[in-house]
Amino acid sequence: MINSKVRLSEKIFKKNIEQIPTRQGYGEGLVIAGEKDEKVVVLCADLTESTRSILFKEKFPNRFIEIGVAEQALATIAAGMANYGKIPFISSYAAFSPGRNWEQIRTTIALNDVPVKIGGAHAGISVGPDGATHQMLEDISIMRAMPNMIVISPCDSIEAKKATVEAAKNDKPTYIRFAREKTPVFTTEETPFKIGRAEIFWESNDPQVTIIGTGPLAYEALIAARDLAKSKIESIVINCHTIKPIDERTIIRAAKLTGCVVTVEEQQVTGGLGGAVSEVLVKNYPVPMEFVGMPDSFGESGQPDELLTKYGMKAKDIVEACKRVVERKM
Amino acid sequence: MSTEELEKKANDIRRDIIKSLVAAGSGHSAGPLGMADIFAALYFEIMHHDPANPFWEDRDRLILSNGHICPVRYATMAHAGYFPITELKTLRKLGSRLQGHPERKKLPGVETTSGPLGSGLAQSCGIAYAARMDNRRFRVFCICSDGEHEEGNHWEAVMFAGKNKLSNLTLFVDRNNIQIDGFTEDVMPLEPLVDKYKAFNWHVLHIDGHNMQEIIDSVAHARAVYERPTAIIAHTIPGKGVDFMENKPEWHGKPPTAEEARKALHELRTLGGKIKGEHE
Repeated sequence: MINSKVRLSEKIFKKNIEQIPTRQGYGEGLVIAGEKDEKVVVLCADLTESTRSILFKEKFPNRFIEIGVAEQALATIAAGMANYGKIPFISSYAAFSPGRNWEQIRTTIALNDVPVKIGGAHAGISVGPDGATHQMLEDISIMRAMPNMIVISPCDSIEAKKATVEAAKNDKPTYIRFAREKTPVFTTEETPFKIGRAEIFWESNDPQVTIIGTGPLAYEALIAARDLAKSKIESIVINCHTIKPIDERTIIRAAKLTGCVVTVEEQQVTGGLGGAVSEVLVKNYPVPMEFVGMPDSFGESGQPDELLTKYGMKAKDIVEACKRVVERKM
Repeated sequence: MSTEELEKKANDIRRDIIKSLVAAGSGHSAGPLGMADIFAALYFEIMHHDPANPFWEDRDRLILSNGHICPVRYATMAHAGYFPITELKTLRKLGSRLQGHPERKKLPGVETTSGPLGSGLAQSCGIAYAARMDNRRFRVFCICSDGEHEEGNHWEAVMFAGKNKLSNLTLFVDRNNIQIDGFTEDVMPLEPLVDKYKAFNWHVLHIDGHNMQEIIDSVAHARAVYERPTAIIAHTIPGKGVDFMENKPEWHGKPPTAEEARKALHELRTLGGKIKGEHE
């Protein structure tokens, strides 16, 4: 059942649950961060409206810098501003930043250890009709491979707002990924959020399987948990918003309790959340695992829901993965 | 310092570049020797800085974009008093603050981490833009190579600086005409370089990068330019001061052997490397 301590939305499984894209939470978070600290500046590469950086631009026009379609300059100019003492957030689509400018981020932000915050919008396959070029499905893998980098993947717009506000304060290079599509707002302002700490959203007596989700698919994980309970398979659902540093303690404890794990992410199954969780478990408490995510392939044009269905990232796919992994425990 | 004193300082820096490279057993020779005059002028005449307080907020910033010529920066910083000259022998060694390519977190005063080409001007733009937001008066100097103009990131920054009229930014382009694979005009022609910068709304000067007075005058000129960033195209001789290294692309990326270093040091000591023999 839903863990009441994390104060999730009362409308969580209702049809009228609010639907807002996580990128909107980024824009709102930028405004709050900007109000709290005048060192916060926002740079954007010709995507001010769709990354929702526009909310900051309207509030703080003198602290908003238009870079043009130049993601390498986006990262490196921000690196210089952070080196001077600003707290820059850089906004583009994840396919381009950190997709195109990964080396600039590596050298001038991560190795340089300056507090630039990289906001990657339109991550995941749910970008939809734009097709494979714009569906960034490798960002978690490439960013978590980088020393000094914090990697966050918020589950809804409220969590995205909190992540943005917290990132402004952590004095570290930080990557936050956002989605284009409207997704259910199932956390609340009261839901705990601390960078580096995963939260248990669903718990059961005598659970048989742990589902660890990140990003908006954490909601699909909760639907899967509810459906599994109907067929007498009890589970734990962990919302793992911070992929680096990963919350080893919570993951190991859940693996010990259930003896098997399914990871869920809108990312390639290679090297993302699934990879991060397996690294933790193989070292500490190996258990059978299944991976729900993009099956090592590129996407294509289509409606978000059609794509998530075709590539196996819906609640029913999570349910099936759970059944498979429970079988493997025997 | 007088220009004569600066020339002597540049010669001393060249000798320590050779010594540190031969101790390291790897690294770049030609670029650092070619830029010794400009580094001497910047650290001993032009820049406002304090070796005892490398994080002084109002210091002028020097961003080295082509990080591979860091032996000249290290030697100059040591002579300026940032750290003991003896530490130059740790270049590229395990545990050294003098990394093969400079790292901000390792050595106070190097300002930024660089090596991968094409990213230094953009970082300089970021500092210059942020400083102007806060009405700070310091200047941002950037040094880049000619070869790294092949990087797209550099031109993105050229556009940004022109658009934003970053007159607190001065760029030295080390126009030595060589890169790893040969002469720049064979690898990927850059000319007409002056026209290119002008087309991006920069103020452009070009100077003899070994003439102390021209170096100093060019920066004084740049300070007087409002509404535009200034690019100083400095024509330099790669390997300057060591006869057998001058203008030879093969000396871009290798250090001298012990025997070659002995010859080079002898040349610098006795001839002043054609700079000013009478100093010694």
